Amino acid sequence: MWNMVAVPREAARTATIQSAPAYHLILEGILILWIIRLLFSKTYKLHDTFKLTEKEKEDLIEEWQPEPLVPLVSKDHPSLNYDVVTGPPTHKIIINGKECINFASFNFLGLLDNERVKQKALASLKKYGVGTCGPRGFYGTFDVHLELESRLSNFMKTEEAIIYSYGFATIASAIPAYSKRGDIIFVDEAACFSIQKGLQASRSFIKYFKHNDMEDLERMLKEQELEDHKNPRKARVTRKFIVVEGLYINTADICPLPQLVKMKYRYKVRIFLEESMSFGVLGEHGRGVTEHFGVNIDDIDLISANMENALASIGGFCCGRSFRLSGQGYCFSASLPPMLAAAAIEALNIMEEDPDIFTVLREKCKHVYKALQGTPGLKIVGVPCAPALHLQLERSSGSRESDMRLLRSIVEYCMDRGVALTLARYLEKEERFLPSPSLRVVVTIEHTEEDIEKAVSCVQEAASSLLK
Amino acid sequence: MTESPSTKPANGDVCQRVKNGLKPERNGLAKSLYRCHEKKSKHHGQPEEEEVNATSHHGVPYSRPFVESYEQTPMLPAIERCNIAGEKEEQRDFVPLYQDFENFYTRNIYIRIRDNWNRPLCGVPGAKMDLLERTSPDYNWTFVRSGRVLQDVINLGSYNYLGFAENKGPCADAAAEITKKYGVGVASTRQELGNLDRHEELEKLVARFLGVESAMSFGMGFATNSMNIPALSGKGCLLLSDELNHASLVLGARLSGSTIRVFKHNNMQSLEKLLREAIVHGQPRTHRPWKKILIVVEGIYSMEGSIVRLPEMIALKKRYKAYLYLDEAHSIGALGPRGRGVVDYFGLDPCDVDVMMGTFTKSFGAAGGYIAGKRELIEYLRSHSHSAVYASSMSPPVVEQVITSMKCIMGEDGTTIGCDRVHQLAKNAVYFRRKLQKMGFIIYGNEDSPVVPMMLYMPAKIAAFSREMLKRNIGVVGVGFPATPIIESRARFCISAAHTKDVLDRALSVISEVGDLVNLKYSRQKIQPSVARSFDDNVFEDIDD
Repeated sequence: MWNMVAVPREAARTATIQSAPAYHLILEGILILWIIRLLFSKTYKLHDTFKLTEKEKEDLIEEWQPEPLVPLVSKDHPSLNYDVVTGPPTHKIIINGKECINFASFNFLGLLDNERVKQKALASLKKYGVGTCGPRGFYGTFDVHLELESRLSNFMKTEEAIIYSYGFATIASAIPAYSKRGDIIFVDEAACFSIQKGLQASRSFIKYFKHNDMEDLERMLKEQELEDHKNPRKARVTRKFIVVEGLYINTADICPLPQLVKMKYRYKVRIFLEESMSFGVLGEHGRGVTEHFGVNIDDIDLISANMENALASIGGFCCGRSFRLSGQGYCFSASLPPMLAAAAIEALNIMEEDPDIFTVLREKCKHVYKALQGTPGLKIVGVPCAPALHLQLERSSGSRESDMRLLRSIVEYCMDRGVALTLARYLEKEERFLPSPSLRVVVTIEHTEEDIEKAVSCVQEAASSLLK
Repeated sequence: MTESPSTKPANGDVCQRVKNGLKPERNGLAKSLYRCHEKKSKHHGQPEEEEVNATSHHGVPYSRPFVESYEQTPMLPAIERCNIAGEKEEQRDFVPLYQDFENFYTRNIYIRIRDNWNRPLCGVPGAKMDLLERTSPDYNWTFVRSGRVLQDVINLGSYNYLGFAENKGPCADAAAEITKKYGVGVASTRQELGNLDRHEELEKLVARFLGVESAMSFGMGFATNSMNIPALSGKGCLLLSDELNHASLVLGARLSGSTIRVFKHNNMQSLEKLLREAIVHGQPRTHRPWKKILIVVEGIYSMEGSIVRLPEMIALKKRYKAYLYLDEAHSIGALGPRGRGVVDYFGLDPCDVDVMMGTFTKSFGAAGGYIAGKRELIEYLRSHSHSAVYASSMSPPVVEQVITSMKCIMGEDGTTIGCDRVHQLAKNAVYFRRKLQKMGFIIYGNEDSPVVPMMLYMPAKIAAFSREMLKRNIGVVGVGFPATPIIESRARFCISAAHTKDVLDRALSVISEVGDLVNLKYSRQKIQPSVARSFDDNVFEDIDD
């Protein structure tokens, strides 16, 4: 075989110099010169174009000064000093030593103080102790949890429900469980902070549409549709979601659910509904915004709510069709203490027994809304049937700090006269669309006519005397 | 006929079936047969039938009857595509929520053995517990309660290190009192109206317990990490986290937006190398100096049972001016002569650790978490932590349980119960570990840690081990993918101070028996024939403390 290769080479060599064309020789000469140049040039590394000596490294290490672990917080930072509540945070609350009527805790159905709920919790405590000592997967599942889950799914008329042990973590774990990197989520601008954290954890593409603005959302969905046509293969694996709240906590108004459902089927996006404020408030039986609008609950892919408002317990739940509903906050965290689950079951019993309480609550909300109209210097933000309203300054002074101080002075004025209000708190640097400073007024079913009268007159006095 | 009714799927839907490897197209002659049969099958809706044709469509005669049958795959070995809940009719053309290949492990391995997890209890999760028996008629897709209760199952799985999971005694009484007075819920955030006087007292107590200036409590241990790490570090900071950190630490690190670098588990050389490189070269690409460097480690790693090398880490941190975040979820109350955690175990100064974090779920029998450290740190967290602004505060009876149990451990309630329990736990842990090692099992981790991971390696053995142990009335926890690498599955025992020596001995003998049955005694260091010998005390007298 080597002979066969050698012979043509011999023949080629004899023929080379005589018969090669000129351009061929020139080209080869240039190539040889180029190779020689490359061989003798310096090596060039893209990274680390220099090497430090050991001494230089030690010097750098000595010189480096980190920032302090946390920046100093000034003594009169508004969020530093908490109001201390002695005693239970129920209808009559003792804040900083003063007894007030509670217009600031989210105790919509007044169940924080309910004797039946407390008795059930006590019975559960005697049976199970306090803690569960484990996550759901490792002997942390109790029959109370399973009972609460089945009760919630029956109540909401969905296929399945699961419970989380912390209200904030509910939607923040549910969103990343479904939506991964590469998926697209359309969110309302006024979404609450826990939704924002869930979106951040999911690493998907986030597109914000203007608050309750269906045209804006439609425009975005149409744009997305065009993109999908251009790239159908990618579109087939990209999931799309809309995340909205039933009753927004930041703006106290309701999302237009029927239009959203129409858009869902037209543009093939799934809907995630966050119902912390509307569960136990809206709807004939308290089932939330789907019942309020008469929308079929099967049209919503996931409903998430926390049990800390109407159900007066701790924790949250997610319900929907029986997909894999579990997020990180469910798998890797200890389960809800059984006594809190038992309290939630009893609260649910009370809700089911007496559906009139929702109508009564909505009447009171409308009453308060009407009464607070016309407060000098403050405007109401929200719809009449929302139990948690915001009172914003009509004319802002320009600086958020001074606005907050002004509102805080109103709060203190009212607290001195026995009405407990609170400033709505936000993390200024972390919120994406920071709402303006406002007072939070919460209406519960336990407020009587006199309480409401007193509160309204107090607020109006405070506004007229402090807001010139 | 080929289709027996018993092999039809339970919900009766027609679903795609897996042909048993033999495609009709292989057989050239059958191809034309199959196609003409297909046309017929569209009418009948049953593509699997015996194909008996004396003559084909084109008139080619067969000399013998042509019989082929494809029996439908029975449920047990089937790759289940049928049983996952289908989409609604109107949503059939939506992008599917789950791609098939994403949950290969879930569908084919996890579902088959999932009766070993989520076992429901109906009593206190103490040293012995009551389990609800459940069976599955359809290979673990659904569970049905049989109504029986398995009583007094030895509990080797709950995180009950000091035995405070009890429904009687001073802690339960105090919690009951508070429930009567304060109720169960709070319905407001810490910064608004959720800050009860009990919370303030709890925080002062935690600070005293740990020996630091001040502390702050949160409602959920997982959320403590995922909400406070973003408050402490942001863009321009560097987080050095251990390989095997818990999901909450990883989530918190990701949400913070800082650069994350991972060092090998408990390996100080790897950490030092990363520190040097980070300080010398600065931020990637711009080479600006880092704003701060935060080292994130855990006290006891729950999947390995290893204890962090704290003295070396503190020395490193001081040398390179980094900050240390210590997550003592499993080690608080469980380690140390006074139960104050891993800092106490090594006899170090708590002020050296910049951020001490822990949970109340494990050793205190409650729920929630805390962060403790210098006063400036806590003041910053009170005003800037996500939890203080947006999440509701801890429930009052839970707070009370923590206060009472912590006072008990510190001895402030006037008894020595807490102190005794801490010592009992230390003794139990050492005893259990040594015995298991002598028997020939491979046990990971530090010899003092109360978390005992026993290697099983194969995912199928998790199911075998767990089911056999339950038959003998002992409840254990098996851990597999994704918490551990898929071929390093393990069974994890959590020793409690409430376990008496008898309980531990019974557990050990049963573990040995099942270990022989399932072939788990992998260790090549000490091999002791265990079946023949009886477990009389004088043989193991020397190990007993």
